[in-house]
Amino acid sequence: MDFETVIGLEVHVELKTDTKIFCGCRTNFGAPPNTNVCPVCLGLPGTLPVLNERAVDLALKAAMALNCRINREAKFDRKNYFYPDLPKGYQISQYDQPIGEDGYIEIDLGGQRKRIGIVRVHLEEDAGKSMHAPDGTHTLVDYNRTGVPLIEIVSKPDIRSPEEARLYLEALKSIMEYCDISDCRMEEGSLRCDANISLRPVGQEAFGQKTELKNMNSFRNVQRALEYEADRQAQILRAGGTIEQETRRFDEATQTTVSMRSKEEAHDYRYFPEPDLVRLHIDEAWLARIRATLPELPLQKRDRYIRELGLPEYDAGVLTANRAVAEYYEQVVAAGADAKQASNWVMSDLLGYLNTTGQSIDEAKVRPAQLAGLIAEVGSGRISIKQARDVFKAMCETGKDAPVLIKEMGMEQISDESVLIPIIEDVIAKNPKSVEDYRNGKEKALGALVGQTMKATQGKANPAVVNKLILERIRP
Amino acid sequence: MSRWTVKETLASLQRRESKPSEWTKRALDRIREADQRIGAFLSVDEERALTAARQMDEVFEDGGAQAQGALFGVPYALKDNLCTRGLRTTAASRILENYIPPYSATVADKLAAAGGVLVGKTNLDEFAMGSSTENSAFQLTRNPYRLEAVPGGSSGGSAAAVAAGMVPFSLGSDTGGSIRQPAAFCGVVGLKPTYGRVSRYGLIAFASSLDQIGPFTQTVEDAALVMNIISGHDPLDSTSAPVEVEDFTADLAKGLAGLRIGIVRDIPQEGLDSQVREAVEKAVEAMRGAGAEVVEVELPHSQYAVATYYLIAPAEASSNLARYDGVRYGRRADADTLLELYERSRSEGFGLEVKRRIMIGTFALSSGYYDAYYRRAQQMRTLIRDDFNRAFERCDVIVMPTTPTPAFDIGAKTADPLQMYLNDIYTIPANLAGLPGISVPCGMSAEGLPIGLQMLAKAFDERTLLRAAHAYEQIRGDVIPAPVLEG
Repeated sequence: MDFETVIGLEVHVELKTDTKIFCGCRTNFGAPPNTNVCPVCLGLPGTLPVLNERAVDLALKAAMALNCRINREAKFDRKNYFYPDLPKGYQISQYDQPIGEDGYIEIDLGGQRKRIGIVRVHLEEDAGKSMHAPDGTHTLVDYNRTGVPLIEIVSKPDIRSPEEARLYLEALKSIMEYCDISDCRMEEGSLRCDANISLRPVGQEAFGQKTELKNMNSFRNVQRALEYEADRQAQILRAGGTIEQETRRFDEATQTTVSMRSKEEAHDYRYFPEPDLVRLHIDEAWLARIRATLPELPLQKRDRYIRELGLPEYDAGVLTANRAVAEYYEQVVAAGADAKQASNWVMSDLLGYLNTTGQSIDEAKVRPAQLAGLIAEVGSGRISIKQARDVFKAMCETGKDAPVLIKEMGMEQISDESVLIPIIEDVIAKNPKSVEDYRNGKEKALGALVGQTMKATQGKANPAVVNKLILERIRP
Repeated sequence: MSRWTVKETLASLQRRESKPSEWTKRALDRIREADQRIGAFLSVDEERALTAARQMDEVFEDGGAQAQGALFGVPYALKDNLCTRGLRTTAASRILENYIPPYSATVADKLAAAGGVLVGKTNLDEFAMGSSTENSAFQLTRNPYRLEAVPGGSSGGSAAAVAAGMVPFSLGSDTGGSIRQPAAFCGVVGLKPTYGRVSRYGLIAFASSLDQIGPFTQTVEDAALVMNIISGHDPLDSTSAPVEVEDFTADLAKGLAGLRIGIVRDIPQEGLDSQVREAVEKAVEAMRGAGAEVVEVELPHSQYAVATYYLIAPAEASSNLARYDGVRYGRRADADTLLELYERSRSEGFGLEVKRRIMIGTFALSSGYYDAYYRRAQQMRTLIRDDFNRAFERCDVIVMPTTPTPAFDIGAKTADPLQMYLNDIYTIPANLAGLPGISVPCGMSAEGLPIGLQMLAKAFDERTLLRAAHAYEQIRGDVIPAPVLEG
């Protein structure tokens, strides 16, 4: 029997605010344990939460970027459960009136667009981090992360393969980065993903029994865990078995999923409205203020590059994957460079260089206008494309402008025919054998003549011009 | 001994007949002499209070005085569920027996800034859950008028401390009557402000949507003086209202003429002591005689107030008390596993009534029961609030008894929680509706116990409430003798 895979993802994204959602503590990652804490985020008796409006701003922005309907009357609720990293014994979250509902993300499936529905986007506080001693004797808790603002983005069960799941996550991450909502660093936990997965016979409408997967710390692992789980479920179903409703953990070492807890052990969170916070009224002015900060999103940008700049789909995809790269690219074009030339330079030379040096694009010494300057030098024929690559490397290292380096490196190209003709005539006169060979059909002989000319000009002659001038003189 | 008031203390300092440390010494002496019998205080910080008062003496001798703060030199006490930096704060619970907060409640900071001198922390029912202060994990507090009787609760220590003349004022908290009921039992004035009037920051939460801090004093005027200091929006409490703080003494002298006093036609009569009913009726007649117009109003849903309260308050409490898990602070039991740590710390740390309410609240919020209990209670809360809105279209102040009976004896109701809960039948509606309420002594029972008259007003209309209460206090006259402890 053939099965269709049905996947829904729950993604937690930490918001890039300077301070926590309900107190003034800082949110920076990597501070010594329990240094970014205060009575409020430690949940000491008598303390009360005060909402950080900046967190609401970012949650609204995310909900808008994910095409959600915004709830103008939102509220917070308490999600009650006991755990040492949860100092109040409840998490302040949103239950039935989240910031945003009913949106979607578009993903690109080999040129085809697919919409993955979003059920809801809600705002909540993060918990702390438990560190278990390897010998199992004790657990230490770091409350620095407690109260860092999070949004949870819940997808509809619209995802049909582990690969689509990865594409959805990549698209989501890209949108969050574009909007400056989150760093989305999975390795630092600023993006976390849980998955629900079930199988159903192809053609069947009703969903099969699902399992929930946790503990996947990279996009690749999300895909692998889902692939493993889809196989596992298919094997059970083919053998006539049934799927248990349970939560399973991805085990990185074995690349498998293992049972964590069954349905019977599921929590009753006893949600109820948070009485320490007032309801959130989001008025038109607030919405307008946030809407004005929304940038062009990755897929829109990609479409525009193809439509308006004539870029191939591949180029448009690479350039728009990261907002800083896209902005850099647009500045190169704005400085007058040809769109396709600029794309080639940014995609292969610039990104290649940054990749080897481990720099970010903001750290690149070559600024967009300088790259446009280099491209212009090639276009005017002053230097060859090969020379330009050397100049580019020098630019990356020194940050100097192309014309300065071309002079310093002594590689100004000679394209002036009145300069080249006497040299070429001299080369032809001194190499009758090559001329003879060429006329007898040995195409390679032309190369020898060009090479002699280049040698005579210390490589500064414009090869295209040299080619043309020699051919004019030796063509039979 | 005449009653120790804030007003007289300030006036004496103003006239430079005394200096601040003398008042603090008087408080400490009185506590030393009387509190062995009363048990109002859980902790007294003599050292700290005297140091603060002596520093004030120096400022005072340099000529400054009232300029230093509106309560400059006045000693006071705080209920021990109000956090005080560096000073043990227990909520009368074993689970916080040795808890020392690293910060102070906003009200404590405000009183300190106004020149008040904190002398100690007073007893209460554990986590403010109770009506007799018998639920304190540490000690009983006795009624200064009759040592065999309870002082009321949950702010029994704060009420008894003022009644016994240990301090001229104290603060308590009122979730279902916990200021007004002990004020009535101890023959003092107790004010529960409008929800949102006073910051809750630093008040150890019982039921967040109902809790409100307020003063115990000997007179209505003193209550107004304290309210002037502790009221106002606090950026640390989102539920504190951004309402301007008026001078609560401004309307005190305006009298009763022109005020419409509402009496509740359909008030629950079951369990209402005849002496209490007569004292309240007498008070209403006196106010009518002084120019008030008396009208009848109806509060048809108030009969459901106690049931509503005992769903909402425990539900919030079950969540508010989840933080006491033995992990970070407070009592931590020996245990081998996490679950054991939770179970033992909480089993050993919480008393019976607290456990009972956590169970009720957890049940009320549980999946499958939420709609039947918590949601319906919230709907009833809305109806009760609507009743008051309608009633206040016809009157300015509603008058009723604070409690169905005068103070009962220690142990009389501990076996029957329901009887204990019904003690708050007249005070709970104001908490559910978020309205300000005050209890003013209106007479003495044949057994020599005080009786309290309760007045309620519209939200944020404490000025009218205080005006009516003060006017009544003037016409009532000096019929409430101070307790004779030596007797």
